[in-house]
Amino acid sequence: MYAHDELDRVLVNERVTEFRDQVRRRLSGELTEDEFKSLRLMNGIYLQLHAYMLRIAIPYGTLSSAQMRKLAYVARRFDRGYGHFTTRQNIQFHWHKLADLPDSLAALAEVGLHGIQTSGNCVRNITTDQLAGVAPDEIEDPRIWAELFRQYTTLHPEFSFLPRKFKIAVIATPQDRAAIKIHDIGVALHRNAAGETGFEVMVGGGLGRSPFIAKVINPFVPRRDILSYIEAVLRVYNQYGRRDNLFKARIKILVHELGVAKFTEEVEAEFRQIRGGALALDDEVVADIAARFSYPAYEKLADAPPELARAANDERFSAWRRNSVARHKVPGYAVVTLSLKPTGGTPGDATAAQMETIAGLADRYSFGEIRVAHEQNLVLPHVAQRDLPVLWRALDAAGLATPNVGLISDIISCPGLDYCSLSNARSIPIAQELTRRFADPQLATLIGRLHINISGCINACGHHHIGHIGILGVDKNGEEFYQITLGGRADEGAVLGHLLGPAVPFDQVADVIEDIVETYLDLRQAPDELFVQTVERLGVTPFKERVYATR
Amino acid sequence: MTSPLQQKIKIAGPSVVTANRTHDGVVIWRTASGWSTALADAAVVRIADEARALLGAALADDIGAVGPYIAPVEIAADGTISPGNLRERIRVGGVTITLPAMA
Ligand code: SF4
Repeated sequence: MYAHDELDRVLVNERVTEFRDQVRRRLSGELTEDEFKSLRLMNGIYLQLHAYMLRIAIPYGTLSSAQMRKLAYVARRFDRGYGHFTTRQNIQFHWHKLADLPDSLAALAEVGLHGIQTSGNCVRNITTDQLAGVAPDEIEDPRIWAELFRQYTTLHPEFSFLPRKFKIAVIATPQDRAAIKIHDIGVALHRNAAGETGFEVMVGGGLGRSPFIAKVINPFVPRRDILSYIEAVLRVYNQYGRRDNLFKARIKILVHELGVAKFTEEVEAEFRQIRGGALALDDEVVADIAARFSYPAYEKLADAPPELARAANDERFSAWRRNSVARHKVPGYAVVTLSLKPTGGTPGDATAAQMETIAGLADRYSFGEIRVAHEQNLVLPHVAQRDLPVLWRALDAAGLATPNVGLISDIISCPGLDYCSLSNARSIPIAQELTRRFADPQLATLIGRLHINISGCINACGHHHIGHIGILGVDKNGEEFYQITLGGRADEGAVLGHLLGPAVPFDQVADVIEDIVETYLDLRQAPDELFVQTVERLGVTPFKERVYATR
Repeated sequence: MTSPLQQKIKIAGPSVVTANRTHDGVVIWRTASGWSTALADAAVVRIADEARALLGAALADDIGAVGPYIAPVEIAADGTISPGNLRERIRVGGVTITLPAMA
């Protein structure tokens, strides 16, 4: 866990006081909506179809059990008893009243949570690997760097009014679990031959109307220089980014229009000017941040304890363990993913009761720590392997042990037209129907790793372009239609999916996905050839032929 | 920002003016004299000038309502008003999914 300092507490509390006054003035008519809107957005408050939505940042996806309990309290007291975890390690509450928002934010501030910079044209929540600090092959805990970036970008005056929103993600393992290549800046920590650490910097990734995979602009920025380098990127963007056209304002368009070479040249020129200045990171600064992260007092345990062997006879437990439990860097421990994708449920939703259960289980089995994964699942990062069977039973009883992590029904979905005022089409009912069609764990296991991502409009909050199967809601003469893409990937080999063919109506989507999956099962060369590999090998044509043959 | 009143107003059929209530975000419709949470109470307009006037009245109440706009409706033979597109159906009827029970 990270211990926030006094500065953070003062800042967040001052913001709540300020916002309370702004709400009072809005309700009394002293502030018009035009004046108030940017103030509420600065605190993560949007107006959606039915109510105000409050978005709370969970920096680098790390939550304490106390914070989780507070989220449960807010869900129950000020909302409708649940919250929605998003693809950016945030949580959203969809049913807030404006008059309640100051109290809700005050409650969250008690545990250091807030909605600052979860909206607006500023640097948003810094995201990372949900396995940060526990992944066996990690060079260093990437949250140290995420925290540095967070401190540096919080209320940074030069970067509070960028041309458009700005997203940064960081990883420290070869495997990318944070989808860094679809971020405005993605940084990956590496160690060079001399044993020094530094960052590969990628810029200009992003989805939406014009999707791009980020381009590497520097393969190795020494750790000491990384803030200067990020500042150089932000400055170039701030200077040249398009402010005249909302659709061309993201840095990805600038990188695309200038070309990577020219963009890199600009960044390097700026970097030369500021390198070694106030942003140079001495080892003590980094060590100071690192020291604020506390790690559990792990017991000395052996891998594969007898409790696990005894539980192996239980087929349900084993099925869950196969896809929900990952290796931990400390022997005898494991990382457990909690599926927020029950059959027929809303991807990413957790009820207040579930949040409280999770907080309790985190206290008991995970040193009070919880993580949020961008796949809209939660993680208990430090579970002793001997506790897995008993933890599983508790999770199962709370509806949090659906054995589908990484499988076809572990769907990423945005809220879509059920909530979102920008939407064209519903996402959640599509996801729900698909989880029903693929509810059989044996079928899901037979299919293997397959990620479905759904967005209700081109803004792509559900990351449909990088789903193995992507589903995008579009409006066709007032009817909900869905474009389907195949072959996208969000990992270290990130690529955009390819369009299958004409959009299909709402009530045909699940049938079409079934056809696609059947085609894959027919065509794969071996059971371990993943869906996305089959698409890579054969292209979309055989899938297209099957899907449209009868439609 | 251009005021919605300065934009060209075109309506294709019977329409209402709708917004969200400022203090809680609840969906509301403009009536002849104020706001209602029931679509049945909405003032229905059929030509652009009427729509402009109704929207103007709605915009004048900045304290009460956020983001008023003109939305299509359908009028049944018995006069029942129903929403004219899916977005408005969802605003009237709420989410199309089952929400978790409060526990
Ligand atoms: S993708 Fe579109 S519909 Fe979905 S949440 Fe984002 S803006 Fe709303």
